[in-house]
Amino acid sequence: MLKILKYSFFDLIRSRWSYVYLLFYLLLGFVLLFLNEDLSKAVITLMNVIIILVPLIGTIFGVMYYYDSKEFTELLLAQPVKRSSIFIGQYLGVSLSLVMSLVLGLGLPFVFYGLFESAAIWDFSLLLVTGSMLTFIFTALAFNIALYNENKIKGFSYAILMWLFLAVIYDGLFLMSLIVFETYPLDKFTLIATVFNPIDLSRILILLKLDIAALLGYTGAIFQKFFGTNVGLFLALGSLMIWILLPVLNIYRKAKKKDF
Amino acid sequence: MVKIENIHKKFGKNEVLKGVDLEIPKNGIFAILGPNGSGKTTLIKSILGMVVPDKGKIFIDGKQTHANGLYRKNIDYLPQIANFPSNLGVKELIKMIQDLRGGSANSDHLIELFQLEPFLDKKLSNLSGGTKQKVNLVLTFMFDSQLVILDEPTTGLDPIALLHLKELLRKEKEKGKTVLVTSHIMSFVEEVSDEIVFILEGKIYFKGNLSQLREKTGEQDFERAIAHLLKKNHA
Repeated sequence: MLKILKYSFFDLIRSRWSYVYLLFYLLLGFVLLFLNEDLSKAVITLMNVIIILVPLIGTIFGVMYYYDSKEFTELLLAQPVKRSSIFIGQYLGVSLSLVMSLVLGLGLPFVFYGLFESAAIWDFSLLLVTGSMLTFIFTALAFNIALYNENKIKGFSYAILMWLFLAVIYDGLFLMSLIVFETYPLDKFTLIATVFNPIDLSRILILLKLDIAALLGYTGAIFQKFFGTNVGLFLALGSLMIWILLPVLNIYRKAKKKDF
Repeated sequence: MVKIENIHKKFGKNEVLKGVDLEIPKNGIFAILGPNGSGKTTLIKSILGMVVPDKGKIFIDGKQTHANGLYRKNIDYLPQIANFPSNLGVKELIKMIQDLRGGSANSDHLIELFQLEPFLDKKLSNLSGGTKQKVNLVLTFMFDSQLVILDEPTTGLDPIALLHLKELLRKEKEKGKTVLVTSHIMSFVEEVSDEIVFILEGKIYFKGNLSQLREKTGEQDFERAIAHLLKKNHA
């Protein structure tokens, strides 16, 4: 598996898009710091960008890479390599190269700006960890969608729809149901609904750490009330882990049965 | 060498293999023939584990094939359509496959044989179909496995390369290897193969050598004999 990972990773590192992604984050980091003049404020702005954009990039790269490397996959399938190694290796190659772009692209501007002397270092690290986890989650989801759909266009549309649903529509539906059922106690429903959306989870995770009550929103407030800040943090982190684990397991399962 | 027991495979509603039983002994060149869509490639891919059969067992050297695919270490396979990662160079690709498979590989004499030196640093996406197929052949023959499986090896080859391919096959046979080959070029099959397996609609329709085929169909010409098999079935 490490060999496949190595080849996928270097393949992607050489591609133009990794650099575009990296440059985008570099630019974003510098511009935000230039405009905000304050590390912790920049972290909040970044969070809003990251929790929407990182999933989108992970989704698109995941689907694109899977379809683009079809030939490579077929070549590998005839070699004495386990199927699971091929797909998990490719998955890790994509997600790790994306994570690298993210960490380097955002990390460098903040380091230049004096991150290591600042109190915001932990908040910032958590932001990067969350961004990385979101990358792993959405790349895995994208791989799943691609594995189930031979048709490129279909796979692409489903993947984008999934992102749209989790990033935008889910919140809308959630809010609507809160309004419709406002006469009922909704704490548990809220908790469960949050766990089922990794983007919401990430937002709550970061906001709990930043400890800004005003930004927590209803879901965050319930999370904090229910679990307290620390337990809430770990719970959110744990749920995100499960969000990575389940799709990866499914890649493993599906790859075993698929015909090529 | 290869034993196939009652293989069934469906793609959706399309039943491609309907209970194929086949035994391929050691040493020799075996041609798998059949019209388009008869299941040749599916059968080959089942042997390689790229297609997972719905039912049935496959044994290679007496050992049942395992889903982990590590048994492919002892099979050299030439895929039907030479699809390669397009952003790799020829040399890089050869090195990568060597690295992935491990073991010894000798590609130099093959590169020389197919005159691929000028293309070694070119990207695979810039090669012509025939040149890609030559690269494909190098990748297949650079290892020294006992079982060689070739899916349409003649596609896109020029006459000189075709001669070299026949020469290669003859040498492999002399080394005592088993070669499985599919092709639509009947003269090629007639020239190289020791035994023929004819698949029709997902079943083995005929198995035997050339003289048996002539006897069965009453046709002296090989091409006509095959056409006879096809016609008789469809009539």
